[in-house]
Amino acid sequence: MAAISFSGVKKRYQKNDVIHGVDVEIEAGEFVVILGPSGCGKSTLLRMIAGLEEISEGKIAIDGKVVNQLEPRERGCAMVFQNYALYPHMSVRQNIGYALKVAGMPKAEREAKVLKVAKSVSLEPYLDRKPGELSGGQRQRVAMARAMVREPKVFLFDEPFSNLDAKLRVAMRAEVRNLHRSLGVTSVFVTHDQTEAMTLADRLIVMNSGYVEQVGRPSEVYHHPASLFVADFIGSPSMNLVRGFFGEDGYFRHGKGGMLNLPGLAKAHLSREVSIGIRPELVRRVDAGHKDAIAAVVDYTEELGASRLVYARADGSPIIAVDDGNDALATGMPVHFAMSESDIHVFDHTTGRRVDHAGRPVRATDSVSA
Amino acid sequence: MERRAFYRNPVLPWLLIGPQLILVLVFFYWPTSQALYWAFTLEQPWGGGNTWVWLDNFIAIFRDREYWATVARSAFYAICTTGLSMAVALFLACFVDRSLKGTKLFQSVYVWPYAIAAPAAGVAFRFIFAPQSGLIGSINTLWPGIWDPSTNGIHALAMVIICHAWLGIGYNFIFFLAALQMIPRSITEAGAMDGARPLRRMFDLQLPLITPTVFFLLIMNLISSFTDSFGLIDTMTEGGPVGSTEVMVYKIYFDGFKGLDYSGAAAQSIVLMFLVIALTFVQFKWVEKRVHYN
Repeated sequence: MAAISFSGVKKRYQKNDVIHGVDVEIEAGEFVVILGPSGCGKSTLLRMIAGLEEISEGKIAIDGKVVNQLEPRERGCAMVFQNYALYPHMSVRQNIGYALKVAGMPKAEREAKVLKVAKSVSLEPYLDRKPGELSGGQRQRVAMARAMVREPKVFLFDEPFSNLDAKLRVAMRAEVRNLHRSLGVTSVFVTHDQTEAMTLADRLIVMNSGYVEQVGRPSEVYHHPASLFVADFIGSPSMNLVRGFFGEDGYFRHGKGGMLNLPGLAKAHLSREVSIGIRPELVRRVDAGHKDAIAAVVDYTEELGASRLVYARADGSPIIAVDDGNDALATGMPVHFAMSESDIHVFDHTTGRRVDHAGRPVRATDSVSA
Repeated sequence: MERRAFYRNPVLPWLLIGPQLILVLVFFYWPTSQALYWAFTLEQPWGGGNTWVWLDNFIAIFRDREYWATVARSAFYAICTTGLSMAVALFLACFVDRSLKGTKLFQSVYVWPYAIAAPAAGVAFRFIFAPQSGLIGSINTLWPGIWDPSTNGIHALAMVIICHAWLGIGYNFIFFLAALQMIPRSITEAGAMDGARPLRRMFDLQLPLITPTVFFLLIMNLISSFTDSFGLIDTMTEGGPVGSTEVMVYKIYFDGFKGLDYSGAAAQSIVLMFLVIALTFVQFKWVEKRVHYN
């Protein structure tokens, strides 16, 4: 177990910065998921921990020891690659045992260890096969066994499930989670799949185009997104976001004459260009006679079985709501929505940062609780 | 159902394959058939008819101890040239593949020697290795007489082998580099994570994965060192001193055109031809079928 700390970590290719200064502390034994769209620098950051990518600026320390100048083999990390990166000419046994062989471990000891690890991921029957003769899930297991056998201080996962089908992915997710629970090794897991991220992580690092947008527990990130990007990126369907401004009369104005009565928020965010957001599941269907009803027109609906997504339009701004799907809704029908002021998130439109209810911007690493 | 395309005009296909066919017939089959004919006959150098002697020419060369010495020398020459050239090319390719500084430059620079004609390289290397004035010869000023390919057979053979290996490095380098770059980067990275240093990774991971290329180059280099050595040896040593650089192909030339023993030379060239055919056969049948990963 080892803590990992980033201070001012930057990555530069020629003259282009692709990672613009990361300051994050990962605690020993923690399972951290780095989440972000493709090209956001999440894999680069992971490879910088591994030592496969040079650190252009700043420091990465593992267990308190700065590793910038250390070779991958000296850092005590094991990595599971996206395409597994198994050695195609070696048997499963040789693949798993290669690190031990390189380290000069005697054969008998090595064999015993390989067998033990193979057992733990149910690979014993396949030990003498070549990777080419295995299924995707089995290859994935070999890759994990190969990482486990070295008993590393840190596990690194680089989108390891992206080549698996949906069902296998769920199964492997559980396996990785159990593995972490039983071994307790600090793990850093990179993915662009938010479900994977939410279910696996103790803490999330959300990244976008080389910046850390937010660091926090999955529920924190979901319920208190620290930036417009996080609000939009996390959650499916994504958060309703609309741009506008608060007036002195307590109304929020948006789109083509849209007005929302939000007197509490208006007081805190007066005359600031903002985007406000609310999760679709917190938008309630109400009757036309409701005091603060927002009138909208249905665009289309998506039936999910347990619930229904209603895509509608209110005063020119799109709005998504989740309802129970008990009534029939067709395109063009009028619907009415209501929302609580306390469920609404406010973001400064120019900086994209969340603004708390006292009007202060929220930083990426701030712990935001209710 | 087998689908076939036909030419309506019966002359056109012959016109299309004509140029290549003529080239092969004139420059390969005709001389080969002549050589075959000579190999089984005995002809007086001043003309006057050929006598059919069956296998006498072959028996004569196979009984000749000097011929077997040449065969052994050729084998030694081929193995050394191939080994040296491939080893150096592989190391260079590994360096370039690791994309160290200056990769782009070396990628082109290493290929150039392949474009140099053997006799031209031979002349250049004769100067480099010249005992009186050459680059290598300058060690003679430190230790007089330590290097002299014009009298020392071992020095002469080493000189020709180095030159031949040098000429082949570019060709081998291109193939090695292409093969190395076919290996997914993540495999060598996984090796690095597993603790293997670059040299270890080369022997454990990269080399096994490029075996098909290694075998291909092995055969191509062996064939080349049996057949292409003539230009070098003729310009550098002319087979000497005292026959110490006389390989099979040079002996064919020497016996035929200097010794005027056309029949013996023809028999030798048939032997050499069969050797090359055998190597090519190994390449086609064994290598392309047996060496497969993934």
